Amino acid sequence: MNIVVCVKYVPDAQGDRGFESDRTTDREGVDGLLSELDEYAVEEALKIVEAGEGEVTVLTVGPDDAATAIKKSLQMGAHKGVHVLDDAIAGSDAVGTSLVLAEAVRKCGDVDLVLTGLASTDGVMSVVPAMLAERLGLPQVTFASELTVDGGHVSIRRDNEAFSETVEADLPAVVSVTDQINEPRYPSFKGIMAAKKKPVETWSLADLGLDASQVGLDAAWARVEDTQARPPREAGEVVTDEGQGGEALADFLAGRRLA
Amino acid sequence: MSEVLVLVDHVDGDVRKTTAEMLTAARRIGEPSAVFVGQGYAAAKEDLARFGAAKVYLAEDAVYTDHLVAPVAELLADLVGRTSPAAVLVASTNDAKEVAGRLAIKTGSGVITDAVDIATGDAGLRVTKSVFAGSYTVAAQVGTGTPIITVKPNSIPAEESAATPAEETVTTEVSEAARAARVTSRTAKEKSGRPSLTEAAIVVSGGRGTGGDFGPVEAFADVLGAAVGASRAAVDAGWYPHSHQVGQTGVSVSPQLYIAAGISGAIQHRAGMQTAKTIVAVNKDAEAPIFELVDFGVVGDLFTILPQATDKVQQNKG
Ligand SMILES: Cc1cc2nc3c(=O)[nH]c(=O)nc-3n(C[C@H](O)[C@H](O)[C@H](O)COP(=O)(O)OP(=O)(O)OC[C@H]3O[C@@H](n4cnc5c(N)ncnc54)[C@H](O)[C@@H]3O)c2cc1C
Ligand SMILES: Nc1ncnc2c1ncn2[C@@H]1O[C@H](COP(=O)(O)O)[C@@H](O)[C@H]1O
Repeated sequence: MNIVVCVKYVPDAQGDRGFESDRTTDREGVDGLLSELDEYAVEEALKIVEAGEGEVTVLTVGPDDAATAIKKSLQMGAHKGVHVLDDAIAGSDAVGTSLVLAEAVRKCGDVDLVLTGLASTDGVMSVVPAMLAERLGLPQVTFASELTVDGGHVSIRRDNEAFSETVEADLPAVVSVTDQINEPRYPSFKGIMAAKKKPVETWSLADLGLDASQVGLDAAWARVEDTQARPPREAGEVVTDEGQGGEALADFLAGRRLA
Repeated sequence: MSEVLVLVDHVDGDVRKTTAEMLTAARRIGEPSAVFVGQGYAAAKEDLARFGAAKVYLAEDAVYTDHLVAPVAELLADLVGRTSPAAVLVASTNDAKEVAGRLAIKTGSGVITDAVDIATGDAGLRVTKSVFAGSYTVAAQVGTGTPIITVKPNSIPAEESAATPAEETVTTEVSEAARAARVTSRTAKEKSGRPSLTEAAIVVSGGRGTGGDFGPVEAFADVLGAAVGASRAAVDAGWYPHSHQVGQTGVSVSPQLYIAAGISGAIQHRAGMQTAKTIVAVNKDAEAPIFELVDFGVVGDLFTILPQATDKVQQNKG
């Protein structure tokens, strides 16, 4: 079983996230890390190969520092890494990113399963997995909160507000997983040491047969025109309960005509 | 005037509020055409007319609901080709966002997710959204193809405008590839009798501070006519169903009033509630980060404060 896991390097949500002068996400000013939501995809891939056999390749599209996302995944136990690195990719929208990911997955060769997180924690679009499936012509089996793979077949549980669904498809397929699916492991000391010897390939756009004009900010089909920091919320009134806290709360709501 | 395709968000014909909000937004930029997929049109018909759908495209074939996302994307791609709409609007649900993603690739169009406002600008549509857990508001524009926009519930106030929609049944050749992911079972979730989380004007949420007893949270929600939400800590502990989780990996809500009880206010929780108009918190730790966001906060024990507030609201109602 050959599994490719798409992992993204994102600015830390605990940091002071913001924009560059060209209104693309600032990926330099804030420390970055492997998107927490992609750890669930790495964990699930590892569980699948540990229960049978196979190899886990982690794939990232991002700047130099995105190598840290690969490193963390290798420390968790993935076997090898692919880093698509090219200055021309900077500022790509989901459409551009999915194009690069799709070509990179193709170049990986015989892939049975493409695993992704449910959303990247910076853009939070949840569209890349569907775009990837569309581009690769593969079945899309997404938002898995339970996953079973056997005999060339994948089955998941997918929940939404109204329903719980079972979705099935034959492999190869694109599968995204939610944070309900497992508990990602921490890298062990052994894992950290072993990761240093694992192979990481770096591919450019040319290696993927893509042209700089197809990606990046200038090629983006959707772009940000204007950004504004939300004015900080006016510090509200905070009272300490000395027996009347609940009434004070009800009075506040009445005053605002909310109750 | 150009058509604007609006993918109807409904459950068996029970039209969700977002649909009315999308039809309202669509009227600002063109003539709304509702695309109704699945069963239950008879129940939906009146709502679509009331909010101004000039046309309804009906796709009732089971192929669209027996397979995940891809057939609906093919249907919309077909309609985009036929009608050259000014935009395609879908709700910001998991399913519809994925339809939007596929449609973008199929039609060579840019996509913007989680719009809170849509207006006509100098050079096309100007779409407003909130990013980085609510810390920024950005305006975005689609420069290529047909703007495909997913609309965040509870953001654009719905306004009625009666119309008599022309109905047209559509069928498309759904490709083999689009049938590859099969929905083999679908179990409806139990209804709580409370408003749905994304649509509710008021949400009362409980966290780890409830210690597993959501009684006071539910009672307060009921007196306010509110939906009940939960933090991930409460969901992970098995105290409340995951479908009620508010935050980055749960639902994102934008109510008039959000009340957090026994919730510390972690960034992942804030990501799902920070755009609420008014925020109230009850927490026994005065240092809890949630208090940085509040319009009104009470430091104290939710087990005494919520019941007292519930009684007072009840009394005020007379
Ligand atoms: C990848 C990822 C995704 C996540 N997604 C989400 C998400 O979607 N939604 C989400 O909510 N979280 C999410 N989290 C978790 C988030 O980081 C926090 O752990 C979680 O929100 C904490 O929940 P809590 O506030 O209920 O618990 P805690 O942080 O433990 O806070 C409990 C609060 O209750 C107060 N309290 C205790 N007893 C009482 C009492 N009797 N009366 C009043 N107050 C009391 C305490 O003072 C404390 O502030 C995510 C985390 C990760 C890593
Ligand atoms: N630049 C990237 N490199 C690798 N994987 C990515 C990248 N962007 C998005 N993904 C994958 O797509 C998923 C959904 O991302 P998004 O649609 O941006 O919310 C993520 O969880 C990743 O698995």
